[in-house]
Amino acid sequence: MAKKKFVVGCFDDEAVLFPAVKKVRTAGYKIHDVYTPFAVHGLDHAMGLRETSLHTAGFIYGITGTATALSSISWIFTKDWPLNIGGKPHFALPAWIPIMFELTVLFAAVGMVLTFCYLCQLAPFVKKHHFHARATDDLFVMVIECTDKTNTDDLQAFLSSNGALETKVEVAEDGWWLGRYDKDEMPFEEKQIVAA
Amino acid sequence: MASLRTQFEVPGKMKTWSYALIGLGLAALLYGMFTKGFSSDEHEQVHFWGTLMYNTIFWTLICNASMFFISVTTLAQAGFTQTFRRIPEAISTLVPIFGAITFAVLLYIVFGHKHHIYHWLDTEAVAADPILKGKSGFLNPTFFVIWTTLTIALWSFLGWRIRKLNDEADAAPMDRETSEKFIHRGTVRTAMFTVWFGLTVGSTVPWLWMMSIDAHWYSTMYSWYTFASSFVAGMSLIALWVIYLKNKGYLELTSQEHLHDIGKFMFAFSIFWTYLWFSQYMLIWYANIPEETVYFKHRTQGAYKGIFFFNLIVNFLCPLLILMKRSAKRNYTLVTFMAVLIIFGHWIDFYQMVMGSLMKEHVSLGWLDFGILAFFVGAMILFVGTALSKKPLIAKYHPYLKESVIHQV
Repeated sequence: MAKKKFVVGCFDDEAVLFPAVKKVRTAGYKIHDVYTPFAVHGLDHAMGLRETSLHTAGFIYGITGTATALSSISWIFTKDWPLNIGGKPHFALPAWIPIMFELTVLFAAVGMVLTFCYLCQLAPFVKKHHFHARATDDLFVMVIECTDKTNTDDLQAFLSSNGALETKVEVAEDGWWLGRYDKDEMPFEEKQIVAA
Repeated sequence: MASLRTQFEVPGKMKTWSYALIGLGLAALLYGMFTKGFSSDEHEQVHFWGTLMYNTIFWTLICNASMFFISVTTLAQAGFTQTFRRIPEAISTLVPIFGAITFAVLLYIVFGHKHHIYHWLDTEAVAADPILKGKSGFLNPTFFVIWTTLTIALWSFLGWRIRKLNDEADAAPMDRETSEKFIHRGTVRTAMFTVWFGLTVGSTVPWLWMMSIDAHWYSTMYSWYTFASSFVAGMSLIALWVIYLKNKGYLELTSQEHLHDIGKFMFAFSIFWTYLWFSQYMLIWYANIPEETVYFKHRTQGAYKGIFFFNLIVNFLCPLLILMKRSAKRNYTLVTFMAVLIIFGHWIDFYQMVMGSLMKEHVSLGWLDFGILAFFVGAMILFVGTALSKKPLIAKYHPYLKESVIHQV
């Protein structure tokens, strides 16, 4: 966990946000993330994010579920505790398929939800820094990661000239940490707020 | 829209190919008809008429699936179909043609052929058999003919009304009020088709036409199974035509986004088909009642074992594994390959559904099957091509066209 310096720019219009994202990227700045109140179609594309691998993970979880069901049922019914059920063979594959299906779905669903939460750094008793409270309401909040050489004043002016309503510099934790929103203190300091 | 190529012209090569396939098919059909269909050997007769029957039913149903696709997407107010909607429309113009052939074949089987294919036509056997007696209200020639006539006539008529309505979107721009009225009329007309489709393919017709070959056996899953089979093959046929026209430089407004959605239908309904396949099989396997297992006995343990499980691999495992990835559904080559495979797979499925009951001892798949298949493929290419060339490829004043053009998956 490390504190980093960020420049935050707030936009209130998708039509302004998209060209701004493009310009910030071509100018060579590293966009940490763009926080939006709702899913914005095509924004991942504009930000140059790669395709998620969540579905590949889901496939692997599913296959694991199938394998778990098949191996455990076949071991139970043929080796551990063979039962005569209606004169069917001990290895009664058709009867097991619904259970294999159920476990596939269960593993895939639960596994994907947990993976998704991990990737988004969401969990109970865990906190993440909010760069701007209105990102949950009506503003698109673009957060740019600074390096040693970044001139924050220039960058703020650049964002404002590209339509940002509000810009600020923040030193903040970029990951998650143990804590609760209703109790913890903010482990960052607000430096300055420059109105556009 | 002047720059769009909306007028399809049937290429000479396509005509040549379709005539060649039809010629080949007719030769096989006529040769089969005289050596087998009219021979004195009962076994040969059953071979010929059974083969002709499953082919006609298969092609009628998959062409009708196009109209069902139009209907459900219209009812769901789905806009994405508009850029390629003329393709399912053109495919569905085949319903009256293939329907008439099916009707003729079924009539011949019921009236000309006595009881070699439909055991329930044998009045003496029915009188002595409590099970068949119980079914005689449904399985009798009068009901069969009336219901078959109604089925094919209404499919054709209701489908024609839906196509005719959509022609209005070619004529002139619509204001808001006209558009709303147009959408409402489309909803009513497609709802009528969907209801009739549910009463026929969704329930009675597969029981009547195909399941009644095993007159004692019954499965309520059977019609849904047939529907799933024909619908997924029908979607594949639409995909093939979309890709063909794209290759020829038409359908500029149809993109990978639309192909992706068609691919999703192919993928999803392959899984749905498997669900029904398994549900039908598992319950019968589990209960193990002789009068029910009779259908699966020679399919899972007899001569049809190979075809039966090949069917499952082609229609379930291949679509599941190959079409699962997003990039596969957006790849023209892969979708073409899978569409051909799925149509072939479900043709084989219809083959084993009908011939598996008629010729239990040995698998009859051979020149006759592929010859008749060639005839239907040729006729399909010819008639769909002609139908496409008669109308603009895009109904340019349709209220949902814009939604379809900017469609994004």
